[in-house]
Amino acid sequence: MADAKKLNAPVTNPETAPFWEAAKAGKFMIKRCTSCNEPHYFPRSVCPFCFSDKTVWEESSGEATIYTYSLMRKSPTGPYAIAYVTLKEGPSLQTNIVDCDLEKIKIGQKVKVVWKPTDGAPLPFFTPV
Amino acid sequence: MTIKGKAYIAGIYEHPTRHAPDKSTAQLHAEVAKGALEDAGLTRADVDGYFCAGDAPGGLWPMVDYLGLNTGKLRHVDSTETGGCSYLIHLGHAAEAIAAGKCSVALVTLAGKPRTGPMPARASGAEADFESAYGATTHNAYGMCAMRHMHDYGTTSEQLAWIKVAASHHAQYNPHAMLKEVVTVEDVLNSPMISDPLHRMDCCVVTDGGGAMIVTTPEIAKSLKKPQVRLIGHGEAMKGPRGGKDLDLTYSAGVWSGPRAFEEAGVTQKDIKYASIYDSFTITVLMQLEDLGFCKKGEGGKFVADGNLISGVGKLPFNTDGGGLCSNHPVNRGGMTKILEAVRQLRGEAHPKVQVPNCDLAIAHGTGGLLGVRHAASTCILERV
Repeated sequence: MADAKKLNAPVTNPETAPFWEAAKAGKFMIKRCTSCNEPHYFPRSVCPFCFSDKTVWEESSGEATIYTYSLMRKSPTGPYAIAYVTLKEGPSLQTNIVDCDLEKIKIGQKVKVVWKPTDGAPLPFFTPV
Repeated sequence: MTIKGKAYIAGIYEHPTRHAPDKSTAQLHAEVAKGALEDAGLTRADVDGYFCAGDAPGGLWPMVDYLGLNTGKLRHVDSTETGGCSYLIHLGHAAEAIAAGKCSVALVTLAGKPRTGPMPARASGAEADFESAYGATTHNAYGMCAMRHMHDYGTTSEQLAWIKVAASHHAQYNPHAMLKEVVTVEDVLNSPMISDPLHRMDCCVVTDGGGAMIVTTPEIAKSLKKPQVRLIGHGEAMKGPRGGKDLDLTYSAGVWSGPRAFEEAGVTQKDIKYASIYDSFTITVLMQLEDLGFCKKGEGGKFVADGNLISGVGKLPFNTDGGGLCSNHPVNRGGMTKILEAVRQLRGEAHPKVQVPNCDLAIAHGTGGLLGVRHAASTCILERV
């Protein structure tokens, strides 16, 4: 989706604003719970695992592995690859695999975060290493 | 408390249309409501419970008013919205309400026109900023499940194709089916790739239309003329990525809703004579059959192959109306039609070519939302009395 159309800026809210501020500086942030030590994404104030409100921001390496993907061929803006990638830190997240030959994407492939501009904060995508 | 045997499906109706440019959505709701009441032998004045989901224009207030339900009598309403499986959940909730004495004649309606015009956008959740840019659609969300299932278990496109082949064998006998032509595994594999690894024929139809049912008490059901069909077990469940921990797209929330329903019903998979299984895509059927315990996880491909889902041929006749893959998927929501065909089978009203002999126990199961993202599941076990 990233290459084919103008991306909408994230709306943001008080809970997620720090993520988008860091994104402007090229930092990909996740949340970690200081009660159960589990990291999670997308970021929440309350831990989805232990329900503690002791969550803190942590910069992710932005390095990940493709868990699964699907190449969507029926799209007015051209084919695109939706995927779930699993971050080195643990959480899996939905994204698009971009800036590559879409036909060569494989489960297990190493990818890294890449930012695409909007009128507001940039959005994270992933590209093969 | 259990709902086992406390609620009967007394009336069913599936709108014969598959394309309704000349009708309004509210009108379709009214037509299916009328059809289900007539099938039951009841009247609108008998309705004291009403259930609808996100397809009902404006929700409960406008629908109750538009349908002209008796507001002096109407004493229980429920607008639970879980996408395509909403109506399977409504059936369970209606049984709960009936068992608790909160209503005695519940009307459930579904209708809409996705083939005629664009569907209204859904309200987004807290994840919107973190997911909406990536273009998740039904096709690619289910495509991602299929891709990982193939990776983990060696499931093949040929095996998935057998599900469509079975549905098409049934659809040829349904005069209202959108696609009546019998197809082969090769036809499915040769159809255009939509979102890898799903071909066009791995996808369900898009249809206008709708359906409705009447759920009532044992006493009222026994006073009516139709064969008696009752709910004996119900389960519902939800699943999502939940912070991204231990992501596994190869199973659905059916792993939880299924056992809940079987336990309540006190029956096992081996007892089931007919299965209505939500078929938004071929992979949806395969994963749900595994999750419901009809075969082991990862063995769904072998289970569905070689016509095992074809009535009169295989061990588990499924979707004998042609299902969402060939007959009808009104408003992109297949839960209602899953119940309706299960009731037809239990009544002995399915087409003679696909009617399961002595069909006294059936399962109707579905998911709603996106299997690869966030979804709900609901399982209903139905018995002919």
